[in-house]
Amino acid sequence: MTTANAQRIQDEVAHATVPPTALHPDLNTAHVRFVGVGKTYNGQQGPVAALEGIDLAIQRGEIFGIIGRSGAGKSSLIRTINRLEQPSVGRVLIDQIDIGPFNQDRLVELRRRIGMIFQHFNLMSAKTVWQNVELPLKVAGVGKALRQRKVTELLELVGLQDKHDAYPAQLSGGQKQRVGIARALVHDPEILLCDEATSALDPETTESILVLLKDINQRLGLTVILITHEMSVIRDICDRVVVLERGRIIEQGPVWQVFGDPRHEVSKTLLAPLQHDLPQELQARLHKHPISPNAALALRLRLTGNDDRAPELSTLFSTLGGQVSLLQGGIEQIQGRTLGQLVVTVANSPHDRDTLVNRARQWAHQVEVLGYVV
Amino acid sequence: MWFERLLQGVVDTFLMVGVSSLIALVLGIPLAVILVTSSKGGIFEAPALNRALGAFVNLFRSVPFLILMVALIPFTRLIVGTTYGVWAAVVPLTIAATPFFARVAEVSLREVDHGLIEAAQAMGCRRWHIVWHVLLPEALPGIVGGFTITLVTMINSSAMAGAIGAGGLGDIAYRYGYQRFDSQIMFTVIVLLVVLVAFIQLSGDRLARVLNKR
Repeated sequence: MTTANAQRIQDEVAHATVPPTALHPDLNTAHVRFVGVGKTYNGQQGPVAALEGIDLAIQRGEIFGIIGRSGAGKSSLIRTINRLEQPSVGRVLIDQIDIGPFNQDRLVELRRRIGMIFQHFNLMSAKTVWQNVELPLKVAGVGKALRQRKVTELLELVGLQDKHDAYPAQLSGGQKQRVGIARALVHDPEILLCDEATSALDPETTESILVLLKDINQRLGLTVILITHEMSVIRDICDRVVVLERGRIIEQGPVWQVFGDPRHEVSKTLLAPLQHDLPQELQARLHKHPISPNAALALRLRLTGNDDRAPELSTLFSTLGGQVSLLQGGIEQIQGRTLGQLVVTVANSPHDRDTLVNRARQWAHQVEVLGYVV
Repeated sequence: MWFERLLQGVVDTFLMVGVSSLIALVLGIPLAVILVTSSKGGIFEAPALNRALGAFVNLFRSVPFLILMVALIPFTRLIVGTTYGVWAAVVPLTIAATPFFARVAEVSLREVDHGLIEAAQAMGCRRWHIVWHVLLPEALPGIVGGFTITLVTMINSSAMAGAIGAGGLGDIAYRYGYQRFDSQIMFTVIVLLVVLVAFIQLSGDRLARVLNKR
């Protein structure tokens, strides 16, 4: 960038009239971009807004998660990318090209560059595994020899080389989704859309499908965009995440950030299944005020991954002083960041309550006083 | 002589039912496809066409076959030149069977999971690809089942056509069994019809089962 350019940009920033692309050069390289996307349905009680004011930039090669409760607009949002859903307002750009005005021919061509997998797999029951994977090529008019090669290759990639002639009904859920993945990848797409791809699978199968998706993302450099209502899916494979609620983006950022320090109530609710509640027995013993002089102070300490503070326990104990007991805790690594929370009680410490909280802050990012335990 | 007469009746029934149901098959499937794809949310959405076609189909479906047959006599004369015999019966039989079969096939086509259509669109299928590669193959077991029902209904209708001079087993049963009180002929015809219907139903069920991979 020339100095003159930089100067111009600075001037424009000052006047705040600059298009967002000039401020964020990464928008110019975004693989998929949403600009003010909204979708309104005509429901029985008047128009219903499924999406409102969605602005997003998804980078090439990343695994991007969209999470929200059911009815939050996730399905509508992901379907605007291959225009199974037409936005009412706003634009969807793929490689900087607005797909809104595409006619049927260009749409068909676009969809061949975007693979999609589904919660209920959506395999043709009357076709064998081989025929299912072959179908996208067949309708594109690809010759038989090439079809043969691609289907063999893809079924090998997903580990179903011995199931060519099986019908979907003869497969397990995980195998069906593998067929779905093979079918989605058979045109060598640049983008893979996953619509609740693991929600109908048991935890172990989910794990194996996620490993496969991550592997494909890394090996083929594919941009993966997935929607889910399971936070664990986001934690396991996503780079960045947005939280959707009532058709709006309420929170977005790198996964570690949203996990370490969720700002919105809905994000916290979605995270709840991954966290442990305080044990009932402990809750019953908690008091707001010390009812005896030797009552222990209960603290919840959170590591949000904001910097590289190490969860070094001896430091914690010496900082707090007195008798420190660990009541509950969990630490995990997400994207190389340390996230977690500990519930501790401190008894017979030389420090008073406020000092203890301040000292605990040297160790944890967030400190919450739960009360006193007798 | 009795044997020959009965054999002729079986052949005539086969001919009437076979020809008219074959035509119903060829016309009914496209009709069913249009009815399904032109409906609201269908891949060739066209509400006006859908309503018009639906009304047309319902019109023919609501007229009892006996009345339809009589009402169609001038039309039949126009097409085959006579109102008597096997070929004259084929006209009203076809006109009754086509909307019937179209409705039955429509139900099977409508039952194809919308997710499959969405998956086909997502993989870059054009609309006729969806009809050919998704809708028809997925609905095939149901369509076969529906065709079996159509065949059985047509045997029923062809017997009625026999009563006004179409020939076939119905004609024999009516003339010898009813008008001449020959209960032996009547009984034989009943047995033949039961065997025929059972054979069609069993083969149809079997074929539908083989085709159903779900």
